[in-house]
Amino acid sequence: MHNYGIDLLVRNHAGVMSQITGLFSRRNFNLEGIICGPVGKGDESRMILTVADDSKLEQIVLQLEKLYDVIEVKRVDDSPLTEVLAQL
Amino acid sequence: MEISGAELVIRLLERQGIEIVCGIPGGSNLPIYDVLRDSSIKHVLARHEQGAGFMSQGMARTTGKAAVCMATSGPGVTNLLTAIADASLDSIPIVAITGQVSASLIGTDAFQEVDTYGLTIPITKHNFLVQSAKELLTVIPEAFRLAESGRPGPVVVDIPKNVQKEIIELEAFPEIGIKQSLPMCDEKSLAKAIAMISGARRPVIYAGGGIIAAGATDDLIRFAHKNSIPVVTTLMGLGAYPHGDPHYLGMLGMHGERATNMIMEEADLLIALGVRFDDRAVGKSCEFCKHADILHIDIDRSEIGKIKPSNFSIVGDVGHALKEFADRVEPAIRIGWSARISSLRMLHPEILQDKEDFFHPINLLRVASESLSDESIITTDVGQHQMWVAKGYPFKKPRTLLTSGGLGTMGFGLPNAIGAALANPDRRVVCVSGDGSILMNIQELATLAEHRLNVKVLIMNNNRLGLVRQQQAMFFEERYFASTFDSSPDFVSIAKGFGVPAFDLSEEENPSLFLRKVLGQDGPCVINILIDFDNKVLPMVPPECANREMIGG
Repeated sequence: MHNYGIDLLVRNHAGVMSQITGLFSRRNFNLEGIICGPVGKGDESRMILTVADDSKLEQIVLQLEKLYDVIEVKRVDDSPLTEVLAQL
Repeated sequence: MEISGAELVIRLLERQGIEIVCGIPGGSNLPIYDVLRDSSIKHVLARHEQGAGFMSQGMARTTGKAAVCMATSGPGVTNLLTAIADASLDSIPIVAITGQVSASLIGTDAFQEVDTYGLTIPITKHNFLVQSAKELLTVIPEAFRLAESGRPGPVVVDIPKNVQKEIIELEAFPEIGIKQSLPMCDEKSLAKAIAMISGARRPVIYAGGGIIAAGATDDLIRFAHKNSIPVVTTLMGLGAYPHGDPHYLGMLGMHGERATNMIMEEADLLIALGVRFDDRAVGKSCEFCKHADILHIDIDRSEIGKIKPSNFSIVGDVGHALKEFADRVEPAIRIGWSARISSLRMLHPEILQDKEDFFHPINLLRVASESLSDESIITTDVGQHQMWVAKGYPFKKPRTLLTSGGLGTMGFGLPNAIGAALANPDRRVVCVSGDGSILMNIQELATLAEHRLNVKVLIMNNNRLGLVRQQQAMFFEERYFASTFDSSPDFVSIAKGFGVPAFDLSEEENPSLFLRKVLGQDGPCVINILIDFDNKVLPMVPPECANREMIGG
């Protein structure tokens, strides 16, 4: 199974995870995997998401870019998260 | 200076230029209301939070500026949700300030506690759960900046009661939140777009609500005239281009005129401006304007290619693009295309109602439009009457039609009319409703009576959920179910009970003269109008079909 990765830099606060996962459920995008942790001084977090189907990938990225709490969105083709998920 | 969180909220709203707030107080926002009591801001007490939300929409839709509504925690917030979702789908800038239970109680299932933050994530542009009074200094201005900038939308600010009561030391007030200037369209893209327009033989402009949000009506008219391009508008775009202009083809889509949809079939270039290719406008998207190249200009990058791929797109201010187009396109006459359009319009003429049939809604609306000015504001609810207004009322100015385009919310009309009248005391406001819709926020007649606003409510009464019944007739072999009301409320008595003058139009000796007279008077009024339940909105494109497959008309 190929997973498409999305690398996010987000504001770190209590609601940010809901903002991201809420977008996926609201738009009927399928979210396969998620890993998240604070970076820097802790006011930002890095989130790595994987999605299995790339047909909506562009729209997912565009919608993520619109979120206030999202600082940066990058698409990564070879996500290291795929290996982590395989070990679950 | 020592200041409480609650006072900070109100001072920041005053500095923001807010003059009217609509809302309902409750346990969790009482500290804010206690400060509001002594503020210069006028508070309009709604009778249901959804009403308050829609009143703020009425102010925002007519002025283009963010308007404020308030509700308490729990049911106050859940009642507000429909109005927020509605604002989200129609890109309307409102700021909803909600009370929340104290931080120490959040998560304990406290009295009137609900997860406002979680509930409003999918229906807002952004939402805040304020953690401290100090945060208000950034959150309140930011809420206004977000609501008005780029593609507008609703913002929720949820403030726990302990934050409202918290006292902080304030050195200076922050800058107010202002609308950011829109990103300009890139020069190279504009040149390419102009070349596409010049190279097209059969272009059509497909104009939406984005034109109104951008205030680009004048440049749209200049552009269409200079290059002789026909213009269709969406429901949200009605008023962006003047009805009666020779280049205007009316509304497209599910309830568009036959000629309009057929002309679009023949286009070779679709100039899509501030639109999102909504299913009610485009029908089956893969069949929509199949033979046309698409030039799409929108402020929201995620709308480009969301429904239909475009041949060329520009992300930026559609107002800027239109100004450049109007300045730079070569004048053209397009004789062949104009002739073809005329012949298609002759081939598919608009079915006009028999003018003798006074009580047909289209005729009623014509009479109404003759007694109102171009500046008068029309609000609608949702259903057949809404489509009759969209088809039959000659809108000539932007922001004169307030209608629930995206969410399609019954109950929208009356509170939006109240909001419009509050923000525009010199203008006449008419709410066109149905007997189904009006019941969904009829409690706001109390608010209307209290403020004696210039709002006339026309209830197109067929004792049915007319558009539901029409769909059952057309697509469910006339198996009518749950679309006829077994009891019919006496709307005249009800309105009078609220303290609003009311009349039955069918009981008047000269209904036409009476309607004109009432619309010309000041103050509120409800007019009940019995209409034939067999009236249909035609033509109609069956759901999920191509626009050329329309039935009737």
